Amino acid sequence: MPQLQEVTVDELKHLVSNRAIEGETVLLNMGPQHPATHGVLRLLVELDGETVVNCVPDIGFLHTGVEKNMEAKTYQKAEVMTDRLDYLNTVGNNLAYCMAVEKLVDLDVPPRAQAIRVILTELQRLASHLVWIGTHALDLAAMSMFMYAFREREIILDILELVSGQRMMTTYFRPGGVWRDVPVEFEGAVRDFIKLFPKRIDEYEALLTKNPLLMDRLLGIGVLTKENALSYGVTGPMLRASGVDWDLRKVRPYMGYEQYDFEVPVRTEGDNYARYLVRVQEMREALKIVEQALDKLPMGPVRSDNRKFVPPPRSEIGTSMEALIHHFKLWTEGFEAPRGGIYSAVEGPRGELGVYLEGDGGPKPYRVHMRTPSFENVSVLPVLAKGHLVADLIAIIGSIDFVLGDIDR
Amino acid sequence: MNTKLEKVIQAARSEFACAVEEFRGEAHLIVDPERIVAVITWLRDVQDFPLLSAMTAVDYWPKMDPRFHVIYQLTSLSKNLSVQVRAPVPGARPVMSTVSGVFANANWREREIWDMFGIHFDGHPDPRRILMPQDWEGHPLRKDYPLGYEEPQFTFNFEEIDLRKPYAKE
Amino acid sequence: MGVEQKLGNMGIVTTTLEEVVNWSRTRAMWPMLFGLACCAIEMMGAQAADYDMSRFGMELMRASPRQADLMIVAGRVSRKMGPVLRRLYDQMPEPKWVISMGDCASCGGVFNNYAIFQGVDEVVPVDVYVAGCPPRPESLIHGVMTLYEKVKAEKFKDLSKS
Repeated sequence: MPQLQEVTVDELKHLVSNRAIEGETVLLNMGPQHPATHGVLRLLVELDGETVVNCVPDIGFLHTGVEKNMEAKTYQKAEVMTDRLDYLNTVGNNLAYCMAVEKLVDLDVPPRAQAIRVILTELQRLASHLVWIGTHALDLAAMSMFMYAFREREIILDILELVSGQRMMTTYFRPGGVWRDVPVEFEGAVRDFIKLFPKRIDEYEALLTKNPLLMDRLLGIGVLTKENALSYGVTGPMLRASGVDWDLRKVRPYMGYEQYDFEVPVRTEGDNYARYLVRVQEMREALKIVEQALDKLPMGPVRSDNRKFVPPPRSEIGTSMEALIHHFKLWTEGFEAPRGGIYSAVEGPRGELGVYLEGDGGPKPYRVHMRTPSFENVSVLPVLAKGHLVADLIAIIGSIDFVLGDIDR
Repeated sequence: MNTKLEKVIQAARSEFACAVEEFRGEAHLIVDPERIVAVITWLRDVQDFPLLSAMTAVDYWPKMDPRFHVIYQLTSLSKNLSVQVRAPVPGARPVMSTVSGVFANANWREREIWDMFGIHFDGHPDPRRILMPQDWEGHPLRKDYPLGYEEPQFTFNFEEIDLRKPYAKE
Repeated sequence: MGVEQKLGNMGIVTTTLEEVVNWSRTRAMWPMLFGLACCAIEMMGAQAADYDMSRFGMELMRASPRQADLMIVAGRVSRKMGPVLRRLYDQMPEPKWVISMGDCASCGGVFNNYAIFQGVDEVVPVDVYVAGCPPRPESLIHGVMTLYEKVKAEKFKDLSKS
């Protein structure tokens, strides 16, 4: 049983200012188990009274060794591990990985599968933003918001369960398309949700947006300038709230996003309130995309018919010898990917979710690196928190919206 | 490759005489580790690539020498381009110079590469482990580091694994 | 008319001391907030509107271990987090119980590698294991009710530790 390491002052000397060593300021440990750190994040906060002088994040408490573990599994089986990274955006992680595999082996995705992927990814974005708004408001003591947000999230999880059988870790997207076609109840369920949700967002805005308490706690707090944002590699709503119009769905459209008409909210203030407004507007835009994709949903196959990478349907296996051999090869050995490394990125709810995938000619990935947005987003926390109060630190943590599974992998 | 990317690649080739690989529409510049800071600074300032999207490393042991490749993925917002810079680092003395002065997020990414691969970055302000505990030995993502696979307990081997499993006491 | 019925009219119930003690322990068990990863989101979902856990007396989740009696280890426990988990468990006052929620906490789950404890029972003694990846809120509630059955069956002679 490994023992807790006692940290000596020498190890901390280069991280904290001289005033802390002399005892003028207080070093506070917001330990890994804390109700407001949204996961197991340890913050070493240097406080001068109530003001934060410096804050050093200590991550790694949820390090899962996913990248090494994926090297030991075949491409199809490794996808299961990608769900569990950013566990609020499970479908998005699957999408990033599947797109990387498809780019590596040069596999096509039929239009119906692309549209289904877009619908589910945007619904997942909504679910992720709902958890964000629920927990952020909970930290700011608006507790009923948590209940409302999770009530809506249950509807989205019901849709995911309808399609794949699992609420969260679906692994519904597979290289070449999606696992199987959506059932007939899917369209009705999504249309009911589209009718219901805009009024709910209006309710949330009525409760929170012009609320003087919320504005007091969020306006002017945690300002991220444009230069800092780009230098720290911040992406996603944090970058767009600081004035940079960069959304991978618009500038490098994938999965047919160019067909859908939606706006990307951009604000220039860069404080917590701007990030709040950007994300709420993103929820409305995501709903627009879902509606358009559902209206335009084309008929056709839901998975590529390249049998070297995609298993044949069950009915074919009984009649065709090639189908049987392909099925056998895919299940016993897996498909082979060429030598070479590629980088492929999608726009997740937290930012640029990228995958660096390298193949070596065999059935297992040689190196998988997930470029997760929360890693960069959290590294900018010391810059945002300098000079604010402890309570503002909690608000900033909620506003950054990171997920520890994303950071630690 | 589109024309804008071609121009950047030609400029890089003439400026630094680096090798270029192309794969699936991407451009990979192979750069000497000593020149990496110059190349990254040039790409950021002259060619306008202000975002370091990703930074990671790959271990090619025992197949290739040099053993490691450190990979930088840079993005240009104005030109909407991405370029990948790779620096081969030998395994006997894995040392690179830090680019944390050029991009601030390289600070944490280099700590992660040190933690996972053991590549030391000269001039890094805070070279500590970031993901593993501070007293961990070894660098997990190296190919000669074991996965740490433990035999799962099924019904046929339940008792024998039960005997050697370290259950917690009260 | 037996004594029981006559007493019942006056608002008196007779039972054993063990039953009363176990009943009071189960009906207001306060869990400690120990959500680590994905299972924490399902635990939050179990706490929220559709699957309300405050029906079981678990309305508050206490952040401080000194005020909690139940630790629901929800999520994967990494090597760095193990000592922290043990320290928190030691800080909880008796009586305390542990529910290991999800596959990663019960047996390491999908992750059989260097970084994750293959089962949190290597760190703390576990009373109930709830399977699932992540377990549905109903599974977690079933796990909680199984714990209640276990607590109801506790006897005084087993509780004294010598």
